[in-house]
Order: sequence, then C-alpha cells, then structure tokens
Amino acid sequence: MMTVMAAGRAVRRGLFGGVSAGRVGAVLGRNVGALRSGPAYWLVLLSGFFEPLLYLLSIGVGVGALVGAVPVGGRPVDYAVFVAPAMLAVSAMSGALAETTFNVFFKFKYARTYDAVLATPVRPVEIALGELTWALVRCLFYTLMFLVVMVVLGLTSAGGALAAFPATALVGLAFGAVGMAISTFLRGWQDFDLLTTGQFTLFLFSGTFSPVQDYPVVFEVIVTLTPLYHAVELVRGLAVGPAGWMLLVHAGYLVVMAVAGLWVASRRIGKLLLV
Amino acid sequence: MAGSGVHATVAVLERHLTLYRRLFWASAMSSFLLPVLFLVSIGLGVGGYVGDLGGVSYLQWIVPGVMASTAFQMAVGETTYPVLGDFKWTRGYHAMRATPVRIGDMVAGQVLVMVVRVLPQAVVFLLVVLLFGGLRSWWSVVTPLVCAAVVVASALPVMGFSARIDNDGYFALLFRFVMIPMTLFAGVFFPVAQLPVVAQWLAWVSPLWHGVELCRAATLGVAPPWPVWAHVACLVAWTVAGGWFAMRGFARRLAV
Amino acid sequence: MAEEPLIVARGLVKRFGEFTAVDGIDVSVERGEAFGFLGPNGAGKSSTMRMISCVSAPTAGELRILGMDPVRDGVAIRGRLGVCPQLDNLDTDLSVFENLTTYARYFGLSRAEARRRAGELLEFVQLADRAKGKVEPLSGGMKRRLTIARAMVNDPEIVLLDEPTTGLDPQARHLLWERLYQLKRRGVTLVLTTHYMDEAEQLCDRLVVMDGGRIVAEGSPRELIARYSTPEVVELRFAGGADAAVKLDGVGERVDPLPDRVLVYARDGDAAVAEVHRRGLAPSSVLVRRSTLEDVFLHLTGRTLVD
Ligand SMILES: Nc1ncnc2c1ncn2[C@@H]1O[C@H](COP(=O)(O)OP(=O)(O)OP(=O)(O)O)[C@@H](O)[C@H]1O
Ligand SMILES: [Mg+2]
Repeated sequence: MMTVMAAGRAVRRGLFGGVSAGRVGAVLGRNVGALRSGPAYWLVLLSGFFEPLLYLLSIGVGVGALVGAVPVGGRPVDYAVFVAPAMLAVSAMSGALAETTFNVFFKFKYARTYDAVLATPVRPVEIALGELTWALVRCLFYTLMFLVVMVVLGLTSAGGALAAFPATALVGLAFGAVGMAISTFLRGWQDFDLLTTGQFTLFLFSGTFSPVQDYPVVFEVIVTLTPLYHAVELVRGLAVGPAGWMLLVHAGYLVVMAVAGLWVASRRIGKLLLV
Repeated sequence: MAGSGVHATVAVLERHLTLYRRLFWASAMSSFLLPVLFLVSIGLGVGGYVGDLGGVSYLQWIVPGVMASTAFQMAVGETTYPVLGDFKWTRGYHAMRATPVRIGDMVAGQVLVMVVRVLPQAVVFLLVVLLFGGLRSWWSVVTPLVCAAVVVASALPVMGFSARIDNDGYFALLFRFVMIPMTLFAGVFFPVAQLPVVAQWLAWVSPLWHGVELCRAATLGVAPPWPVWAHVACLVAWTVAGGWFAMRGFARRLAV
Repeated sequence: MAEEPLIVARGLVKRFGEFTAVDGIDVSVERGEAFGFLGPNGAGKSSTMRMISCVSAPTAGELRILGMDPVRDGVAIRGRLGVCPQLDNLDTDLSVFENLTTYARYFGLSRAEARRRAGELLEFVQLADRAKGKVEPLSGGMKRRLTIARAMVNDPEIVLLDEPTTGLDPQARHLLWERLYQLKRRGVTLVLTTHYMDEAEQLCDRLVVMDGGRIVAEGSPRELIARYSTPEVVELRFAGGADAAVKLDGVGERVDPLPDRVLVYARDGDAAVAEVHRRGLAPSSVLVRRSTLEDVFLHLTGRTLVD
C-alpha cells in the first residue's frame, strides 16, 4: 500500500502539476453516470468478473482433479490453490486493461466523448487520471468478489485475502497505466487483435497454470521479464505464501510500470486530443 | 434465371472471401497461433502433472478438444460483430436485399465461407500436432470435416441471435455466459463425467461437446461415448434448428 | 394494345404498426419515363420507393412491377431494377472497384463481365482514378455517385433513386443530373424522390406531390404550375412585418402571407407591383420571378418544402 501511495505522490508532484481533483472527479463521474444508462453496461461489467472465475473452475478445479498437488515454494499445494491467485491477478489485469484500452479507444475514436469534455476546463491529463481511477474501481470490484469466492472455496485464508487485496490494486494500477499509454498508440480495431493475442499469451505463460521453474531455462528467463509474471508471483506470495523479500522486487516492478505508463500516457494523450 | 439459386450463394461467399483476404494475417494468428499456445501451456505445462488419461498422454487427450473448440470460437467470432455490423453499420445485407440475392443465399454464403476457412486451418493444425506426437490414429484425417460440422452447427444459431439484437453489449454476455463456459466445460480440458449432473446435461446439449468427442474418437482411434450417429444427429439438429432461427431472424430484420 | 406500365400501384398502403406512412396511393409509370415523388420530410416517399424496390411488402393495395407481383416474384423483379437508397450502404471494407464487382456478382454476372462493367461505370461517374482506393475517404458526393454506379451494374430497366442529390454541393448535383439525363436518353426508366423543386423540374417528365402519405397533385412540372399557380410571383418584404397583407387584398390572383414575406400570384408581375405602389404601400424589397414547383407545393400543402 505504501508503494501505491508513493507512486500517487510522485505522479502528482512530478508529472502533473496543477491537476485538479475536482475535474478528475468529473470525468470519473461521467463513467459512474453511464452506469445508470441501463442494464446493458452493468451486465457487461459484471460479466467480466466471470471469465477468470470460469477458468478457475475449469482448469483449477476440473483439470485440478486430474493433477493433484503442485509445488509452491517447495511445499506441495492443491492445484486449485495454485491457480486461484493467478486468476485473481489476471482478473485485476483484464479489468484494468478492458477499461483503459477498449473503452478509452472507443471513446476517443467513435463516441467522441472527449471532444465534448475538452471543450470544458478539463485537461487531457485529468481525463487520463479520471479514466484510470475508474479502471481501478472496476478492477477492485472484480478482485474483491474473486477473493470472496476464493475464501468460500477454501483456496486462501481470510488473512491471505486481506494481504492480497491491496496488491491487486497495484496490479490494476500498473496495467491500467500501461493500457492507457498503449491506447494512445492504437491505430484501429485491427490492433486489438494484436493486443488480445499479447494479453492471452501472457495469460498462458506467466506461471499461471504451471510453475515457471518447469519451463525451459531460456523461456523461464524471458517470462521473468514480463509483467503478469510479477503480478501473479506477488499475489500468490501474499495469498498462499511463501512471503519473502522477492515480493518487494515484484511490487517494485509494478510500481515502475505504473509510473512509466502514466508518464507516457500523459505526454501522448494531450497531443492526440488537441489536434 | 440470372442471379438466383447457387449463383447468388456463391456471390455472397465471394464477398466474404474478399473481405477475409484483408484480414488474413490477423485471423491466421488468432485461429492458428492461439490454439498452439494453448496446447503448449495446458497440454505440455499442466500435462506434466496429469500423467495419463484413459491410457493416453494429456496432450494427446486435449489435442482434439482444442481443435474443435478453435473451430467453434471462429464460428462465434465471425457471426457476432460481423453480422450485426452488416445489419447496422455497413448495411451490407440491405444492399444484398435490393438484388436477386435471397435470405437463404445470405445465410448459406456466409456459413460456407467459414467452412472454406476452417478446413485448411484444421489441416495445418493437424500437421503441427503431428510433430508434437499428438495424434494416434489415421482416423485423424476426418477431423477437419467434424470441425466444419461444428462450425455450421454453431454459426447458424449465433447468426440468428445477432440478427435479433441491436446493441453489441449483448455479445459480451454471449461470450461470457455461452461461448467461454462451453469451451471450458464441454469436454475440452477434462471429461464431462467430472461435472455435476446438471452441468453434464448442458454439455451434452452443446454442439461443441459432440464435435470434441467425435474429433477425440478420431485422433485417438477409439469409439466415442455415444454412437457416432447420435453425435452426428445432435450436430444436424443444431444445424436445422439454427438455420431456421437464422433465416427467420434475417427475414424479420430485413422486412420493414 | 399499349404495353402495360412498368409500375402500377392502386390503393397502395404501408403501415408501421398503427402508423400509416403511405395512405392509399395510385401511381403508374410508363417505360422510358422519368418519374418523381416530391414531398416534405415524412411524406412517405422512401416507404413507397422501398415497396417498389421489393424490399418492403405492401400492407394493402395492389402493386405490379414489370408485370409481376413484388411479393411472389421479388427475386426476378429485383434482378431488373437498380436501387440507390436514401442512405448509402456501400461496403466500407471493400475497395471502390470491389464494391461494384461484388454487387455485380449478386446479379449473376460472370467475374469477367463484372470487372468490365465496374470499369465502365467508374468512368461514367468519373471515379476511375479512385478505383483501388477505399470507400471511407470518398466525399459525400463521390459516395453518392458510387452508389448510383452500383445501381447501374446490372444494366437495369428501372433505376430507383431516393434523394440522389441531398447533401451535395451545386457542382456535384449538376454532374449527377447530367449523368441521369444520359441514362434517360438511353431509355432507362427513372423513378426518383427529391425535396428540390429545381431537381424535379430538370429531371422529371411527370411527378406526384406527396404529403402525409397521400398524393396531393399529379402531372408534368409545367402542368402543375399552370394548374396551381400563376405564371409569375411577386415576393414582397415589409419592414413592419406582414400586416400589410390585408391591404393587398385584390392584388394579382391570390395573396399568400408567409412569416417573413408576402407572395402575390399574378399573371403579370410588373402590373401587380405597380398596383402595390398605387395603394401607397412601401415594401422594403420586391422580387418578380417565374412561378416554380415550390409555389405549387406551398399552395397545395400550405408549407414550404424544405422546412
Ligand atoms: N421502419 C419504420 N418503422 C416505423 N416508422 C417508419 C419506418 N420507416 C418510416 N417510418 C415512418 O413513416 C413516415 C414516412 O417515412 P418515409 O421515410 O417514407 O418519409 P420520406 O418521405 O422518405 O421522408 P424524408 O424526406 O425525410 O426521407 C415517417 O413518419 C417515418 O417516421
Ligand atoms: Mg426518404
């Protein structure tokens, strides 16, 4: 949590001097307002939560019945216990990315939501922060529900869930910021294929379904450089164990991601919107 | 008579092929690369912990499942946004409607294009898994046909759905509550016998499960859980009912 | 015996639920004619056109096209029609050229024939240099021309054009008119809808004025003017508003006060102006012009066309 706050301060002071919380809130408020527009968006929002849950039930529980135990930190655990925190990290990632890539891009290009917003005193950076905050809200909504499911199914303890929850916020922030930066580079819908493929590849190979130590060495080294791996390891370390100083490395990676993503996004978004 | 009958169906098919040419690489990636990645991650990665399943390696067990579910996902993907788009945004169907092309031609042409696409995809996939040692029987050669049957049986009902909605938000629901559950629980990754009874029934009803079991019987060279004719009959039932549903949906939407 | 008209409608009705969009109209269009539907927004022009193009079934009444029944023989009829709908529905994912070839294939033309026709038609609508390009970046007028070229791809006997020039600049409109005129000379039957009086006067041999789903007048542009208007019209504007209208009683054949001006219908405009001055009225502006279909429309419906 410390790191999140530190990142927040750095962002406020160093990158966006003069940002108004009120105007960021106004952008956020627009998204909350859209929720009242009807059941469709609600359902879509809610349904996003089910995807990782279904994977947990299918691969974690279904295939897990065929697997038995998997080693975590030298200690064998149930396969479902191993997969669950990974799916938690994935739901944080996809919740944040869905909002900051797909929805932001749509508002940019098609709905032209921002054109109208920019005709007011709201600044591009404030739009970015407003959208990011909203993405974080969505992400935490998913991870909170997911953690409740995990505790109910006995896949983590209440203490583990409490420890993992703030970590999912950091995961959401990191991916949300990077997603925001990426969406400023997207040219059209065809780029979403690339983005989805990339996201899906991370999903399959980040120590999610089997320990990275099983991968060939070269492969393992590559995976340890990618973001979802650190998210999964951080969340798994807190929810299942073992806790160790490596968790700080994983958290540090995500903090750097968040700051770098915000920095790029804030530089590009102004250019894109004020043409 | 000019333009009617087979000609018109072929003309619709050609239109979709022309569109597809532009998207070839992007779609080759999702319809080829993704299933292979899936096989590596789950088949090899998780398979290492599973050991044997019914006397075959886990990789060999899920190969046919991943194959059929890739076909299924293509069918759903190609009949959701593209179909709604041709009603709502590009109004391609309205343009066809003003020509001798009939509703049946529109539906058949679009389904046939997917068959044309899935056959070579399935063949390439077979060759790749052959290198992984994923096939155990010469019957494997019939799997592309099974994939084509899965495509037809699942594309038609989804077309009917897409013809009836106006807001693409419903697709997210279709994906999350129908497509993903089906790919995850219809016998692709683990036997449906492990599921609770109600969920088993749902799996039996789904077109994908029949495709998976037929493909699995073929690549492993064993008998499927139900008689072959029963699996085929279920796919045919989906095709007939789905075809009727799609034709009605198209006719209603275009008749104003 | 004379040939049956290409399009015959008797008591044609189209309802959307409770709402009656077309309320029992009678129309007949002869071969080689250019026929127009004129009317304000919501008059029922597009609804009628869509029934004639056999994409929308009549609710009641009789409709025969090319001697056939549109509901039973829709496929055969559509094969001989060219349709340019009110909203462009070009295939934005295909190139300009492919839009034509793809469409041609729907009519059963061979691939080679489709390519040949596409090339010819792009020349005809002056879009040959855009053949390989995408549809999206074309201007509105270019898209309209492409849609019209597409409607011609099967060498149709009847071309149906729903507001072919709405939204175009004057130059683009004149180019289109010229192209349509060429089609007419080749013996193609044209049926079009429009809001523009000048367009109707330029292109149509015969037209009907529609309002609220009914036909309120029918004839050639000249006949309609002769029947419902006077040869000349004087437009008067008064600084103090249109109160002066009462004092104009008896000037010309008829006086029509509008919110911003007063129209005086007269056989001789100059004589009417002289009479206005004789009565001691001082309009801030005076315009004498020939009567147009606009005046006919105003007289028939009490409204201007483009409101
Ligand atoms: N599909 C539909 N469902 C319900 N009402 C419709 C439908 N299509 C048209 N209408 C209604 O029928 C009436 C006539 O519409 P139509 O499009 O035929 O008018 P139009 O003369 O072409 O007008 P415009 O000049 O605006 O194109 C309108 O009031 C319209 O709202
Ligand atoms: Mg209209």
